[in-house]
Amino acid sequence: MRRIAALALATILVATACTTGGANPTTTFAGPMTTTTEGQGSSTTVPPTTELILYSGRNENFVKPVVDAFTAATGIQVRVRYGDGTSDLASTILNEGETTNADLFWSQDPAWIGAVGDRGLLATLPDDVLSLVDAAYRDADGQWVGVTARSRVFVYNPNLVSEDELPSSVKELTDPKWSGRIALAPGNASFVSFVSAMELVEGPDATLEWLEGMAANDIRTYSGNGAILNAVAAGDVHAGLINHYYLLQAQANQGSVNAVNHYLAPGDLGALVMATGVGVLEPSRNKTAAFEFIRFLLAAEAQAHFVDNLFEYGLIEGAPTPLGQKPLAELQGPDINQSDLASHLDSAVTLITRAGLN
Amino acid sequence: MLDLAGRPPVAEVPAVRRPKAPRLLWALGTLVVVPALIPIVYLLYVVLQPGGFDVGGFTSARLLELAGNTALLTITVTATTAVLGIATAWLTTRTDLPRARLWSTLVTIPLVIPSYVGALAILAATGNSGLLTQTLQALGLPGLPVAEGFWPSWLALSLWNFSFVHLLTVPVLKRLDPALEEVARGLGSSRWKTLFTVVLPQLRPALAASSLLVALYVLSEFGAVSMLRFDTFTRAVYTQWTGRLDPGPALFLAGLLSMGALVIIVFQQRARGKAALYSNRPARKPRLHRLTSGERMGARIFLGSIVTFALVVPIATMLWWTVRGMSLGNTPLTVGPHAARSVFISVTAAAVITVAAIPIAILAVRYRSKLVYLLESVAWVTYSLPHLAVGLAFLVLGVGMFRPVYQTLIMLIIVYLAMFLPLSLASVEAGMRRVGPGLEEVSRSLGVGSWGTMRRVTLPIVRRSMLAGAALVFLSVMKELPATLLLRPTGFDTLPVRIWSATNELFYTQASFAALGLIAVSILPVYFFVVRDIHD
Repeated sequence: MRRIAALALATILVATACTTGGANPTTTFAGPMTTTTEGQGSSTTVPPTTELILYSGRNENFVKPVVDAFTAATGIQVRVRYGDGTSDLASTILNEGETTNADLFWSQDPAWIGAVGDRGLLATLPDDVLSLVDAAYRDADGQWVGVTARSRVFVYNPNLVSEDELPSSVKELTDPKWSGRIALAPGNASFVSFVSAMELVEGPDATLEWLEGMAANDIRTYSGNGAILNAVAAGDVHAGLINHYYLLQAQANQGSVNAVNHYLAPGDLGALVMATGVGVLEPSRNKTAAFEFIRFLLAAEAQAHFVDNLFEYGLIEGAPTPLGQKPLAELQGPDINQSDLASHLDSAVTLITRAGLN
Repeated sequence: MLDLAGRPPVAEVPAVRRPKAPRLLWALGTLVVVPALIPIVYLLYVVLQPGGFDVGGFTSARLLELAGNTALLTITVTATTAVLGIATAWLTTRTDLPRARLWSTLVTIPLVIPSYVGALAILAATGNSGLLTQTLQALGLPGLPVAEGFWPSWLALSLWNFSFVHLLTVPVLKRLDPALEEVARGLGSSRWKTLFTVVLPQLRPALAASSLLVALYVLSEFGAVSMLRFDTFTRAVYTQWTGRLDPGPALFLAGLLSMGALVIIVFQQRARGKAALYSNRPARKPRLHRLTSGERMGARIFLGSIVTFALVVPIATMLWWTVRGMSLGNTPLTVGPHAARSVFISVTAAAVITVAAIPIAILAVRYRSKLVYLLESVAWVTYSLPHLAVGLAFLVLGVGMFRPVYQTLIMLIIVYLAMFLPLSLASVEAGMRRVGPGLEEVSRSLGVGSWGTMRRVTLPIVRRSMLAGAALVFLSVMKELPATLLLRPTGFDTLPVRIWSATNELFYTQASFAALGLIAVSILPVYFFVVRDIHD
C-alpha cells in the first residue's frame, strides 16, 4: 500500500511539473502586432513576447473571458493577479511603489484606483482612450478611465417590505421602524466607498452620526454583498444596501430570486453610481501593450460582455443597458467627482470602526 | 511516528558534558530558522516603535470585546476538541468496539477539510434556503435559522480541529504501560476511576501539545468566523487590512494578536507537565475495556454523529451545490490547474521543510543545549503567529529585503518554512530519539564516518517519522490561505485561493467544486502517511 502511495505522489509530481509551466508562459505563438495610437498620431509595434501583468480587483469569472479574448485577438499574454477584492491589491501596489510588478490595475471601484493615482503611480492615459468615456466616469487628471458603472441600491424581500414603506434616502434607515431589518457589509470595498462619498458630501460628523444611528438600529452585518442578497432572498433579513448587479446575476444563475432592487431618490447618497476603473502603472515598461488592453476593454465586444454577463453599465457611447434596468443617464447619484473619493478612504474606515461596525 | 508531544522541556537538558556539535550543523540549523525570526522581529518592532500605536478607530471597549470574543472562542473550542479527541481516541483504541480502526480513520479524515470550507457548508445547510432546512421541512419539521455568531463558529472550529487531538492521543494511548492500570485495578479502583485517575493524567503532554495547535489555530482563524459572522480580533485585523490603504493599524493589531499567541505558548509550557510514563519498549497489549451492549450503542451513536457532521454533511453539501449548479448550466471554472499548483507547492514545501528540519533535529537530540532550545523556540513562536500577520510582515518587508524573490515560488517556500518548520521538526526529533546513540557508535566503530552513519543507520530508522511530518506540512500548505493570497507569484492561484474568491462572491458551485478538489488531493497523503501510521 505504501508503494502505491509513493507511486501516486510521484505521478502527481510529474503531472504538476508538466502543468505548472502554465503559470509562467515563456512563448507566444502570435506574430508581431501593429497598433495605431491615435492620441499620439504614431504607429508602434508591440513585440510578440510581451506579457502584461494585470492586478485585478475583479473576480476571475468576469475577467478571464475578456483576458482570453484579448490574448486571442492580439497575441499579448496577460498574467492576472486576482486579489481578495480591490483594496488589498491597491495596498500591495502602494507597498511595491516604484518597483511594482504590475503593468495594469483594474479596480472595482474609483476610490482605490484613485488612491494609487494620488501617489503618482499611474501613467497618464492617451487622449483617444480617455475620450471613449464620459468625463463623469474617468479621472480628472486622465490617470484612469472607467470601464463599467454600478449603482448602489436598496435590495428588499417583497414579502417582508411593502412598497409604500420603501425609503427614498439612506438617512431614513436610522428610523426605529427599520430596527433589526437592514443588512450592511461594513468591510466591503463598495460600502467603504459609499461611506467615503458621504464623508465627502456631508463631512465626518454627519457621517459618523448616520453610522452610529445604523449601529443603534440593530443592523445585521454580513461579509459581502452576495451574502446580503442571499439573506434577503431567503427572508433571513428584510433588506440591505448592496450594488445593483448582484440581484441580476443571481436571477440569471438561479432563475427567480425573491428580492427586488429599489433605487433611492435621485441625488441621495444611497443612489451613488460608481465606476470600475482601469489604469496603467507609471513604472510599467509595457505601456503600449497596456494601453491596447484598455482599448480592448472599451471596445464594443468587451462592453457587451460586461452588460450581458455582469449586468453592469457599459461606459462607451452606445453601450447597451442591462436588461430591464433604467438607462445610465437616468441614474442620478450625488453630485461628486469620482476621483475625490480616494482621499476619504482611510477616514471612512476609521468612522465605520468608531461606530462599532467593524 | 507522529509525536508532536515528544519535545522535551528545557529542564531535561542534562548536566553531563556532551560532545561538541560540528560547526556545519550549527550553521545549517541557524540558517533554517532565520525566516522564522523575520516576522517576530518585525511585528515586535511595529508594536514597540515610537508613534506606532494606531488602532484604526477602535475604541478600547470594542477592542476588549473583540479580544473577549476571541478568548471565549479559543477556550471553548480547545476544551471541546480535547473532550471529543480524547473520547474518540479512547473508544477506538482501548475498548472492544467493533471496527475500531475504521472509526478511528473516519474521525481523522476531517483534518483535510479546512474550517472555512466547513463554515461554507454550515452556511449552505442552514437558513431558509439551506439544504438541511429544506430536508427538515420536507419531513414536516421546522427549518433551521441561518447560522451566525458564536455557536456556529464554535461548532465549525471544533468539528474541523478535534482530529488533531485524536491524532496525537491515539499513539500515546496505545503505548501506555498497562501495568499501571492493572495495579490500580488490583488495588480495588473501579474501571472508570482507573480511567480518570491513571490513564487520562498520562495524556497530559499529548493533550497540551494538541491543544496548543488548536488554540493557536482558533486565535488566527478569520475565514470561518467572517463567514459565520462572529466578531473576533483576527477578523478585525483582516477588515483593517482590506479596508484601508495604510497598513499601519492592521500591522499594529496583528502585532497585538501575536503577543496573545505568545501568552498561549508560555501557558502551554507550564500546562504540559512532566513527560508521560509510557515506555518506548513495545508494551504488552493493554487489555481492552469491555463495553456493555448499551455502551456500545452509545459509542456508535456518538462516533456516528461526529462522522456525520464533520465528514458526511460538508461533503454532501459540496456535492449538492456542485450538481445543482451544473444542472442550472453553471459550468465551474476548471480547478485542474489550481489543484496541480496546490499539490506542486505543497509537495515541494514538504520536501524542503523536512530536509531543513534535520540539522536542528540532530542538534536537539544529540547535542542538546540552551542554544538549540532557543532555535527551536524561534521556530515554534512563528508557527504560532497568525498566518495573516506573518503574511503581512513578509509582504511589507518583501519589497525591500527580498526584491529578487518577491512574488516568486522561492518567497512562498521561505514563508512556509517560517510558518511550518515545527511540524516536521517535532516529527523528525521524535523519530531520532528512537535511534539509540549506541547504534550510531557501533556504526562509527566499524569505520563508517558521521555522514555515512547518518545516511545508512539513522535516516532509515527515522524515515517514517519524517514522512509523517512531511504529510502534516503538505496538509498545512495545502490549506494555507492568507499568506498565499498575499505573496504568491502572479497567476499562481491555488485551490484555497480559488475557494476563497468564489466564496467571497457566493459562487457556491465553484467554491464547492474547488473544495471537493482540495479534499480529494489531500486525503491520500494524509491517509497513507498519517492516519495509518498511528495504528501501526
